[in-house]
Amino acid sequence: MNLIEKTGGKILDSLQGVGGTIVLLFRGLYWFKTAVKYRVSIFDQMLLCGVESMPVVMVVAIFSGMVVALQTGHELARFQLEGTIGNIVAASICREMGPVFAAIIVAGRVGSAMAAQLGTMKVSEEIDALEAMAINPVRYLVMPRVWALLFMLPILTIFADLVGILGGGMVSRLQIGISYYTFFDGVMNNLEIKDIYVGMVKAVVFGLTIAAVSCYQGLNAKAGARGVGRATTRSLVFSFLSILIFDYFITAIFY
Amino acid sequence: MGGEEVLRGITLEVKAGELMVVIGGSGVGKSVLLKHIIGFLRPDSGDVLVDGVSIPNCSRKELYEIRKGYGVVFQSPALLQSLTIEDNVALPLQEHSGFPDDTIREIVRDRLHWVKLRGVERKLPSELSGGMQKRVSLARALVMDPRLMLFDEPATGLDPILTAAIGQLIVDLHARIGFSSIAVTHNMNLAYLIGDRIAMLYNGRIIEVGTPEEIRRSAEPLVQEFIHGIPNEGS
Repeated sequence: MNLIEKTGGKILDSLQGVGGTIVLLFRGLYWFKTAVKYRVSIFDQMLLCGVESMPVVMVVAIFSGMVVALQTGHELARFQLEGTIGNIVAASICREMGPVFAAIIVAGRVGSAMAAQLGTMKVSEEIDALEAMAINPVRYLVMPRVWALLFMLPILTIFADLVGILGGGMVSRLQIGISYYTFFDGVMNNLEIKDIYVGMVKAVVFGLTIAAVSCYQGLNAKAGARGVGRATTRSLVFSFLSILIFDYFITAIFY
Repeated sequence: MGGEEVLRGITLEVKAGELMVVIGGSGVGKSVLLKHIIGFLRPDSGDVLVDGVSIPNCSRKELYEIRKGYGVVFQSPALLQSLTIEDNVALPLQEHSGFPDDTIREIVRDRLHWVKLRGVERKLPSELSGGMQKRVSLARALVMDPRLMLFDEPATGLDPILTAAIGQLIVDLHARIGFSSIAVTHNMNLAYLIGDRIAMLYNGRIIEVGTPEEIRRSAEPLVQEFIHGIPNEGS
C-alpha cells in the first residue's frame, strides 16, 4: 500500500467518523420525543454529568478567576487602571474561561466515562443484546446522554462564571487592594448580555459535541480491553479538539 | 466478513417447534449464521426466511418488529451490568408490552422461577456466578414468550454439570412453551441432550443433518472426527 492510498484511507476514515458522529447526534436529538418514558435515565445522566462534575468545575473556575485577576491586576496597577479589573475578569470568564474550562472538565470526566461505558457494553455484547431485544441503542443509551449534557453544561457554565468572578473579586480585594464595590461595579457596568449568551451558546455546542463524540467512539469500540481504551482516548482527544475549534468559530461569528 | 467468505451456500430448514442444533468447530461460522437470522448481518446472496419473511430485505423498523418474537441467548450472558437482575429481565417488557409495573414484576418473578432462580431480583449481574447469569439471560430471552429461540454457545464457560443443567432447562422450557429453536454449539453432550435434529457446519456448508442418533452413526468422516474429537488435516 503506497503513501497516497494510506493517506486517502485515513482521510476517508476520518470523514466517516465525522459523518457518523453528526448522524448519531441528530438521532439522539430526534429521540427526545420519548423523553417522558426515559425521564429517569435522563435525570440519572444529568446527575452524573452535572451535579457530580460541579465540585471540580467550581475549583477550576475559582482558581481561573483568581489567576486572571492576579495577572491583570498588577499590570493594570502600574497604569492606575486597577479599577477595571472587574471588567476584564468578567469578560474573560463569561466569554471564554467559564464555558471552555467547564467543557474540558466534562469531556475529561464524563465524556471519557461515557465512551468507556458504551465501549465495554459493545465488546461484552450488551449492545447486541439490546438490538436483539428490539431496543434501539440510540434511543435507550445515546438520547439520555445527549440531552443531559445539553441541559447540564450551560448550568455548569453559569456556576463556573459566578464562582470565577467571585474568585477574581477576592484576589482583587486581598492582593491588588481594590474594594469589592469597585470590582463588582466594573463587572456590572461592563458585562454585556451578549457576553452571557455567547457563553451559553458555546456551552450548548460543547455539550452536544462531547456527548456525540463520546457516544460514537464508545459504540464503535473494537473488540477487547484495548479497543475500549482506544475509544476512551479518542473520545477525549476529539472532544478537546472539537471544543477548541468550535470555540474559535463561535467567537469569530459573534465578535 | 472483512473480505473473507465465511458461509458458502448454506441451506438449512428448521421446522416449527423444532430444536435444531448446529455443531461445528471454532471459527466455522456458527455465530455468523445466527447473526444472519437476527438480522445483524446481511448475506451477499441468498435469503434468510423466518415465518416466510425475508430478513435481509426487512427495513430496520420491520426487523425490530420481528425481533420482538425472538429470544436470544448470547455466548456471554450480555446482561446490562448497571441494572439489577429484575430490571434486566423486565427490560423487554418495559420497552414493548405497555403492562403496568406490577404485572411486569409478576412475569419477571415467574420467568426467574422457570429458570430455577429465586431471591436474586435485587442483585446486580456481577454478584451472580456465570451459570446463574446464563440462566438470567435465558429468563430475559423468555420474557416476551418468543416463537423462536436462538442460543449462541449456551454452554460456554460452564462446567459439565452446569452445562447438563442448562441443557435440561432448555429441553424443559421447550416442552413447556413449544418455541422453535436454533442452538449453535461445539459441545456434543449438549447437542445430543437438546437437539431434535443436529446439523454439522463445516467449511461454510452444512455437510450433514439428522437426529442425534443419525449423527452418531453418520458415515461422513468429518462428522465422526468432530464428534469424537479427532483432529483432521483442516484443524
